[in-house]
Amino acid sequence: MELITEKLLGAVSDWSGKFAGAYNIRENGLCAGRAVTENIDIVTKTDKPGIDIKIKPHTKNETVSIPACVTKGDVDDLVYNDFYIGEDADVLIVAGCGVHTDTHETARHNGIHRFFLGKNSHVVYREKHIGTGDGDGNRTIDPVTEAFLEEGAVLEIESTQIKGVDSSFRKTKAVIEENAKLIIREAIMTDNKQRADTEFEVELKGENSGADLISRSVAKGCSVQNYRSKIIGNAPCTGHSECDAIIADNATVNAAPELTAAHPDAQLIHEAAIGKIAGEQILKLRTLGLTEEEAEKKIIEGFLK
Amino acid sequence: MLELENIKWSTPDGDEILKGVSFVVPDNRLVAITGPNGGGKTTIAKLIAGIEKPESGRILLDGEDITDANVTERALKGISYAFQQPVRFKGLTVRDLIELSAGGRLSEDRLCGVLSKVGLCAREYIDREVSGALSGGEIKRIEIATVLERPSRLAVFDEPEAGIDLWSFSSLISVFEELRKKQDKTLVIISHQERILSVADEIVVISGGKVKEHGSRDKVLPSLLEEEERCDVCPKIR
Repeated sequence: MELITEKLLGAVSDWSGKFAGAYNIRENGLCAGRAVTENIDIVTKTDKPGIDIKIKPHTKNETVSIPACVTKGDVDDLVYNDFYIGEDADVLIVAGCGVHTDTHETARHNGIHRFFLGKNSHVVYREKHIGTGDGDGNRTIDPVTEAFLEEGAVLEIESTQIKGVDSSFRKTKAVIEENAKLIIREAIMTDNKQRADTEFEVELKGENSGADLISRSVAKGCSVQNYRSKIIGNAPCTGHSECDAIIADNATVNAAPELTAAHPDAQLIHEAAIGKIAGEQILKLRTLGLTEEEAEKKIIEGFLK
Repeated sequence: MLELENIKWSTPDGDEILKGVSFVVPDNRLVAITGPNGGGKTTIAKLIAGIEKPESGRILLDGEDITDANVTERALKGISYAFQQPVRFKGLTVRDLIELSAGGRLSEDRLCGVLSKVGLCAREYIDREVSGALSGGEIKRIEIATVLERPSRLAVFDEPEAGIDLWSFSSLISVFEELRKKQDKTLVIISHQERILSVADEIVVISGGKVKEHGSRDKVLPSLLEEEERCDVCPKIR
């Protein structure tokens, strides 16, 4: 494994020279390490690049780490990963992604993930994205996620992209059955000429299904962020989406929420707010002894936490 | 010791709010500033904290001229300030804010101690965001807690009673009485509340942009209450 990969792994996951539980490390499109457990199997796909992660029913308190790293320019990594979560399983999936280039060539990772959550299963899916390296080549991460939640399943997606990614297009689609729930917490920070696009499309299909989509972002420099969310309520359900953005310098943030209710008992809410850091917030922290710069940093850290 | 010397201040529109205010806050005393609305009390609190700058006059802390010191510099010199209308933060939790105020990590016991002083249960609140999800009364109590936990020699509270319910108000009075007994704490409290005025060592009455009266509680408070009784527009039954 390359040194850069180890550094990226440290930044995007709990890597400390090894992983606890099952894992698959992807380095520049190839497998750099894998371990399976009695309950979690990882199988290489035969028809296209990628893996199938199979989690047995009733598996509890196990972790699967599937980090992907691109360590140089001129790599365009495309991978298809499918997760099959058995009934009543409760697991943590850590899927960090790091892209590094020291040249003017692009380093890109494009992960296409599908989640099939069995009845009453619970998954926390944690993905952290980072870009590093001194090159002026683009660091690009374009994740596509599709999720299918069976009755009573809960999927919590925690997505963080704080630093160094020049361009990202994140598309997430989900279909939620009876009593199932999707929770997404997204934190993004862009600077300079970076661009981040987010698209959520959630169909609340079953009775008492729910979705809670929360995006918090900070746009600085000349960066551009676009947020699109679409919640479709086809049953008695609750859907909530919230886009909060702090804007600074010459950045642009575009938030376009969309709600479609096709059932009289569909309760859908959207909240969106874009604005600079309130002067009063900085003032309050300055009365506690922080400088203006320290106050801004603290406010942003807290906001994206 | 805090000294305000001939302080003048006007709004950006040119309305003269403070017309030469001078008074001294001695060390380890609780000085209440009171007076009619619009008289300039909050402006005085902001001037002490450095949020506003006077047009003329000087502010001295232990003999040092701090008139030109900014908000951060004054905080580092030991001045703390509780906002009349506390600020909300998305993302910062009650723990974050109190720890920032204290200048380091605090144990759960310590957090529990300071929050219970303002009538909040730590277990229920420490991980909550200081955001719009909290009620006005809750956020006001957290604001007061941040100042209580801050190691400062001069604490300024701007209308601490505003938005506080009756039950918390009693414990708030106890907090001020407790602070008053401390040897290293000077308190300036802007207030209309008779119960707060009645625990002050000294009372400064600001009216029409000037110090109308300044003296010990025993001297000033009775005349203030008499004035209230004399008001024939809305006579108060005492």
